[in-house]
Amino acid sequence: MSFSLNNNHFSKLQSLIALFMLCVVFAVLSDKFFTIANGLNVMRQISVNICIAVGMTLIILTAGIDLSVGSVLALCGAVTAGLLKNGIALPSLNLFIGFTILGAILAGIVVGSLLGFFNGLVITKFKVPPFVATLAMLTIARGLTMLYSNGFPISSFNSAFTFIGGGWLLGLPVPVWIAALIVITAIIVTKKIKLGRYIFAIGGNENAARLSGININRVKIMVYTIAGALAAVGGIIVTARLDSAQPNAGTSYELDAIAAVVIGGTSLSGGRGSIWGTVLGALIIGVLNNGLVLLDVSPFWQQVVKGGVILLAVIIDKMNSKNE
Amino acid sequence: MLVTKNITKKFPGVIALENVNLKIDAGKVTAIIGENGAGKSTLMKILSGVYPDYEGEIIFKDQPVNFAGTADAQKAGIAIIHQELNLIPYLTITENIFLGRELGNAFGILDKKAMHAKAKTLLDTLHVDVNPDTLVADLKVGQQQMVEIAKALLLDADLIIMDEPTSAITEAEVETLFKVIEKLRSENKAIVYISHKLNELFKIADNYVVLRDGKTIETGLMQSMTHDELIKKMVGRAIVPMQKELADANAKELLRIENICLKQKNKASKLHNISFNVNGGEIVGVFGLMGAGRTELLETIFGVHPAASSGSVTVNNKNITIKKPADAIRAGIVLLPEDRKKDGLVLGMEVKKNISLPCLHEVEKMGLLNDKKESTLAKKHIQQLGIKTPSENQVTKNLSGGNQQKIVLAKWLERNPKVLLLDEPTRGIDVNAKNEMYKLMQELAGKGMAIVMVSSELTEILTVSNRIIVMAEGKITAIIPAGEATEDNVLKAAISIN
Ligand SMILES: Nc1ncnc2c1ncn2[C@@H]1O[C@H](COP(=O)(O)OP(=O)(O)OP(=O)(O)O)[C@@H](O)[C@H]1O
Ligand SMILES: [Mg+2]
Repeated sequence: MSFSLNNNHFSKLQSLIALFMLCVVFAVLSDKFFTIANGLNVMRQISVNICIAVGMTLIILTAGIDLSVGSVLALCGAVTAGLLKNGIALPSLNLFIGFTILGAILAGIVVGSLLGFFNGLVITKFKVPPFVATLAMLTIARGLTMLYSNGFPISSFNSAFTFIGGGWLLGLPVPVWIAALIVITAIIVTKKIKLGRYIFAIGGNENAARLSGININRVKIMVYTIAGALAAVGGIIVTARLDSAQPNAGTSYELDAIAAVVIGGTSLSGGRGSIWGTVLGALIIGVLNNGLVLLDVSPFWQQVVKGGVILLAVIIDKMNSKNE
Repeated sequence: MLVTKNITKKFPGVIALENVNLKIDAGKVTAIIGENGAGKSTLMKILSGVYPDYEGEIIFKDQPVNFAGTADAQKAGIAIIHQELNLIPYLTITENIFLGRELGNAFGILDKKAMHAKAKTLLDTLHVDVNPDTLVADLKVGQQQMVEIAKALLLDADLIIMDEPTSAITEAEVETLFKVIEKLRSENKAIVYISHKLNELFKIADNYVVLRDGKTIETGLMQSMTHDELIKKMVGRAIVPMQKELADANAKELLRIENICLKQKNKASKLHNISFNVNGGEIVGVFGLMGAGRTELLETIFGVHPAASSGSVTVNNKNITIKKPADAIRAGIVLLPEDRKKDGLVLGMEVKKNISLPCLHEVEKMGLLNDKKESTLAKKHIQQLGIKTPSENQVTKNLSGGNQQKIVLAKWLERNPKVLLLDEPTRGIDVNAKNEMYKLMQELAGKGMAIVMVSSELTEILTVSNRIIVMAEGKITAIIPAGEATEDNVLKAAISIN
């Protein structure tokens, strides 16, 4: 058995222990915390973050970053909502295209993928650092959202659509199913197919990966495209849940996603980490949010605590890799 | 000056050192000799404070010591030049040399002038002719190695450890280094010297210590040792040297290079109209001094500099367009790069994943990577090349330098290439493994591969090549068939200009 694997398990084990301890503390302090209803509630709340954080994990594994996911989420949510509600109408051409739910959802995901693809293209072909490229996209996508929606929410859809955000399936909220599906697929991608291996290799040593014949640009573009698509899925869930696409939806969601990735032990310098870690990270953040709300802690303090947890997680992770 | 008593160091799954006893004298050069993975670097890391946890005792200048870190060891007077380069690429030479030891005034303002001047003197002693303000990233490996040496000299330590300082530098630079070592010796400093180039040891070392599988096998005076006996002590048996086979006279041409040019701004080495061909089954050695453009030549063929290069590459009579390494690999050309740490390996990944990286499709089963297949593939190569590792799941950075080099080769052999470009393939490899490597090259050539090998070691070039290409300043100055090649005419061609 390899020791590196054990080591990895170790840091995941730590996250699990941290999660467990958080739960114990909240269960002791609040009798509303440790109930099935609340558990499902937490899971539903974190499912959007998980969608985004999974894409973010893939990107961070290649030693990149994506700051644009929150805005992309808003734009895709708005596009789906707009198409569903108004379709595409071009009066001058006397043209009207209506959209089914599936069509509108697919269109939203296509828009997300395109924006991600664009990120990837700028980063690989024009050598713009990911931080800068996606920071620009953060602003661009938010602006496009405002343009598309004129700054107003697009609201009230039929129940078949809102089912995606608020419905239940086999005892679990629908968003939880969607997040689970994404997580399982991502685990297979990272562990079991070539793309995943290439992602780790690029993050570990881009030069060596290139000289091994890996098409670096293609892999990176693919990863940013996937992240864009997953942000779109998040946007659709949020829109369906609120029965409304808010133009300022998803603001600072990228930070929660990055936090989940980092707490989950994925190294920001790339090449080391896991999807499972990210799921644990998202759970820790979710439980923390939920518990602090149940305990009536002021939202200001909540932010302070969340930041502290991120710091602590990274410090523990650093100490681990030093002992290696 | 330094005595160790029963030093033992265990890593998970490996006992790197077991009851090592040795004595290092002032005013002497002590050679530590052993195969790849024998524990030489580990021992040196313990002496220099890199590994504070070990069993046993170190006595330095009659005091028992237990260094908590490298800074501690430096303060006590021990400096080390590590086997792997440890420079910061985007700092200048001066900044690297003075890293952590910056000169400045009482207010913390850096004295750049003094540092620059001191760096310049150090580089001058080492005959390195570059401006100390050059970024380390712009230096070739050999020059970087000289900077590492300069860094150690700055410390003015009493014990200086050199872990394979010559694996990346040319013979002229080795001479310079030896002069420096002799001067240190005359100043009554102790020097520990590790190298797989045995003839160097006979030239410079006074004493030797043989390590095998982490144990001290023998210590003694270098004078009373012979080359063959030393190898026997290291390996545990005598080795059979490779016999060169003649290249098949009617073999067909496999690789043709025409008019390769490389223009690089701000860099000295460029390539001017390089043309040559290699037959299947032939080993062509490429010799030249540092900066002759040998590495650039291989890199250009392999598609590393598509934007700056021109010329044509023909494999098997088919002209191929190479815009990136992946194109070259598809055409059957592979490259073993000069710097394994930077270009050859993903050090944080397991051994098996590095080996399978260029041929992942082979370990797939119904579109999914199959762990069993991957392990089997890795094990096959580990056994074939005699790679010393507790298992295929070991993280690559935990392997000894020579064994890492073998992994880079392993990952290419699986692709069964037509053309093998080797850039310093035996760098850091022990005598026995080197001999094995030569035999392997011959075996591969025997199967019809075309092999181009760049090496700075003249003996190596003469031993294995069927034909020798000599380069100087980006041009081919001579192509000499093995039968006519001598040290003299090869060296002459290497220093000839025009
Ligand atoms: N950090 C580590 N973790 C686990 N094993 C290690 C580590 N460092 C070294 N080893 C193992 O200890 C043994 C000795 O390694 P060492 O680097 O000292 O060899 P060496 O004699 O310097 O070899 P070379 O000539 O190839 O440089 C090897 O089997 C190596 O795999
Ligand atoms: Mg070593």
